[in-house]
Amino acid sequence: MPFQILLNILIAVMWMFMSESYTFSTFFGGYLIGILLLLVLQRFIPDAFYMKRVVKVIRLMLLFTKELILSNLQIVKLVYKPKLDITPGIFAFPTELKSDWEITLLANLISLTPGTLSIAVSDDNSLIYIHAMHIDDTQESIQEIKDSFEKAIMEVTR
Amino acid sequence: MTGTSVDIFMDILISVCLLVGTFFIFSTSIGLLRFPDVYTRMHAATKASTLGIAGIMIGAFLFLYVEHDILSGKLILGLLFVLLTVPVSGHMISRAAHRSGVIPWGDKVRDDYTEAIRAKENPDHMK
Repeated sequence: MPFQILLNILIAVMWMFMSESYTFSTFFGGYLIGILLLLVLQRFIPDAFYMKRVVKVIRLMLLFTKELILSNLQIVKLVYKPKLDITPGIFAFPTELKSDWEITLLANLISLTPGTLSIAVSDDNSLIYIHAMHIDDTQESIQEIKDSFEKAIMEVTR
Repeated sequence: MTGTSVDIFMDILISVCLLVGTFFIFSTSIGLLRFPDVYTRMHAATKASTLGIAGIMIGAFLFLYVEHDILSGKLILGLLFVLLTVPVSGHMISRAAHRSGVIPWGDKVRDDYTEAIRAKENPDHMK
């Protein structure tokens, strides 16, 4: 992947020299052309085409934005409810992610999703302790996190 | 400025962004006052405030762009860093609270973390 990005930047710089205008917009145009060339020539270049991974990153970001807005609405609903309708508790979430930064990302995403807040990570990085607003539907939220975030993060990193 | 329809539309858009942002920040402070313990308060502080800040930053960004033709990258960067750091601080504060022995609110709460710590500490006492 680093090789492909380097190639892409090289194409963009070459494009700048060929059109003899050294501005950011020319560089950007050259970069787009580089993406197009790499797309056409991807059979001859080692590794998978790196824009596929970029698309996955963008998808993760969109998912994150959606969850963020939903969680905001949910917490506002809870704030303005006359009666305090919560049953908080802490549950353990078993994660399959290994490396430090994957777990950091997952913990951050959990913190910003509806009704959950990551509190701690166990020493062997296998459990994330999550504080939930509604402890009763623990199983549901574990399944939800596993299906949406963990899968999306795995697609980006592996 | 003459009031063409685009200008009016942009004005309305900016106002809506700012109002939504302010509303969410206001809700955050009410949540901070209303919720019973540290953890639930952290819920309010980490969640509602992010969208509030996002609304205000985007409103300011649009305003600077429409009125003064400034593309302010700093506002977008600020938004990005708030999104990155808010969950981290929420995590650290609630972890510190738990470490210093704050018990979650409610009767008969389920608390896997305390149990895990106890299970880990007991063998140490045996030594």
